[in-house]
Amino acid sequence: MSSTKVAGPVQARPSPVPPAPEAPPKRNRSSFAARWRRDRVLLLMTAPAALLLLVFHYIPTLGNIVAFKDYDQWSGSTAVEAIVNSPWIGFTNFAELFEDSQFWDALRNTLAITTFQLVFFFPLPIALAILLNSVVSRRLRSFIQTVVYLPHFFSWVLVVTFFVQMLGGAGLLAQTLRDNGVQPWDVMTDPDTFIVLVSTESLWKDVGWGTIVFLAALTAIDQSLYEAAASDGANRWRRLWHVTLPGLRPVVILLLILQLGNSLSVGFEQFILQRDAVGRQAAEVLDTYVYYLGLVTQDYGVGAAAGLFKAAIGLVLILIANKLAHRFGEQGVFVKS
Amino acid sequence: MSPLTKSRRPERPSWEEPPTLIGQLIKGTVLSAVVLAVLIPMWSVLVTSVSSKKAIADAGGMVFMPRDFDISAYVLIFTRGEVSGAVWRSMLVTLAGTALSLGCTVLAAYGLSRPGSLWHRPLLLFFLITFLVGPGLIPSYLLVTSLGLKDSHWALILPAAVNAFNLVVVRQFFMGIPAELLDSARIDGAGEWAILGRIVLPLSKAVVAVVGLFYAVGYWNMYFNAVLYLNNADDHVAQQVLQAYILAGQSPAGIGSPPALGFSAPPSLAVKMAVVVVVLIPIVIVYPFIQRHFTKGVIAGAIKG
Repeated sequence: MSSTKVAGPVQARPSPVPPAPEAPPKRNRSSFAARWRRDRVLLLMTAPAALLLLVFHYIPTLGNIVAFKDYDQWSGSTAVEAIVNSPWIGFTNFAELFEDSQFWDALRNTLAITTFQLVFFFPLPIALAILLNSVVSRRLRSFIQTVVYLPHFFSWVLVVTFFVQMLGGAGLLAQTLRDNGVQPWDVMTDPDTFIVLVSTESLWKDVGWGTIVFLAALTAIDQSLYEAAASDGANRWRRLWHVTLPGLRPVVILLLILQLGNSLSVGFEQFILQRDAVGRQAAEVLDTYVYYLGLVTQDYGVGAAAGLFKAAIGLVLILIANKLAHRFGEQGVFVKS
Repeated sequence: MSPLTKSRRPERPSWEEPPTLIGQLIKGTVLSAVVLAVLIPMWSVLVTSVSSKKAIADAGGMVFMPRDFDISAYVLIFTRGEVSGAVWRSMLVTLAGTALSLGCTVLAAYGLSRPGSLWHRPLLLFFLITFLVGPGLIPSYLLVTSLGLKDSHWALILPAAVNAFNLVVVRQFFMGIPAELLDSARIDGAGEWAILGRIVLPLSKAVVAVVGLFYAVGYWNMYFNAVLYLNNADDHVAQQVLQAYILAGQSPAGIGSPPALGFSAPPSLAVKMAVVVVVLIPIVIVYPFIQRHFTKGVIAGAIKG
């Protein structure tokens, strides 16, 4: 596993783990012309992907300057031209954004949902992984894994559809309750329980997938530790506490960091699909706010300001979390940052 | 990467105490509940889609116990053209997109797999920074429309074509291939293209399959970008049709303009469920073939993104 972990991205900071075994640079001193002749095919191979990212990732990233402009879509024949031609207005869009109470509602909803999911649902894949790992029969275990990984590959439209058909007002559960004389209530449209609903949907979709990384970490734990603990008289619970959980610690911290960095992001499609059924008050999150303000109301400047605000906070959060992880002596997110 | 497959214990080690009955019971119940939570909805949707109107009326909605087999719902959606057209378009997008994505990703992963090559470090950084800094919705939308891609299916493909994360996974795998192998081919006079095609790729089928699945699923499941860029009902893809058939009924003010459904009355439950099955089937068919590669450790690295 450690070999997959270090992707070699940011090497500026001395890494607490030894860097991936990389071949020593060959003939680094040779002239530029010689290196060009030797490596131009490699550069040619890299070019298409780099070009696509340049156009569809980096250019729109620069396009975020629209957040600092008074965007007028008629000031150019294309949107890009219009961005360039629109006048700079400094932080006016941000000031407008921060005065919008709907923005604060969206921010509050987002934070409430991510915090709720972190507290109640983060531990569940760990528990499921430990449970799966204890299944002795390999065939049974791989069958369960096949089934529980599957929903990860479903689109959000499909997941929400399943929930509507199972738990919605006309769904299987409501039918069964009605058949047994209980008056069902429609979870799919109830704003009060929306936070539980979306968390359950995310759980259904990804709890199985979430176990993969913990299962890998579990198999990396030295089995002789368990044997030694058992011969010292530790029962299964004490072995869980003193061997298994410490063995999972680096992965848990890594994933917590990622979660922290994502605490302003809660799946986009999931919310846009359900926002109208539940109501804006409970279901508006930052991403849907950006969409409705920016593209539906066509207030591009303020919408982009909201998006930029979210991205900036997310970046700061992940850098802080990474720093914290180093302070705790963990290796942090070298893959991501 | 091997410990994942290696250390599956074939049997219970001798020092472990025998399982308690109640422990086994709890474990069995929890695991069955998790498995059933996935299977029951899929089962019920499938059964309802092949049930007759009468069976659905008798059940009062979703059918759980199969009876009265009837495939008229499928006949209907495939003769109406709206669903089959959208499924066809989704398949084309998925095929073209996956081909483009895999091509670019594999080539770039190989191009970046040799530390010390010209501009290796800055190029790698160029790809990795995309993890941390993203364009955001509004600028992306403005760019795609500026390029004239609105109402074109390329708007679904090009912005999503290269995922730096998949690239890192493939590159990592390529870098694990013994250098001697490549060097000997080079001594024999093979160029980079030949090395990639004849040595590296044949050794990397598993990782290419998994990354291909990631891309394909991404394209097949693409919904929101389709809502953003495809406004004509004639261009709609499968996920949009699924949303229109099922969820739009639930939320009348559904996003985008609800497309003309081609039905004067709302589609019957069997027809709705048949659409669900049609959207679901490709994933359920392709997934098991790729799933056996997951344990190769590809995913253990992949999941961290």
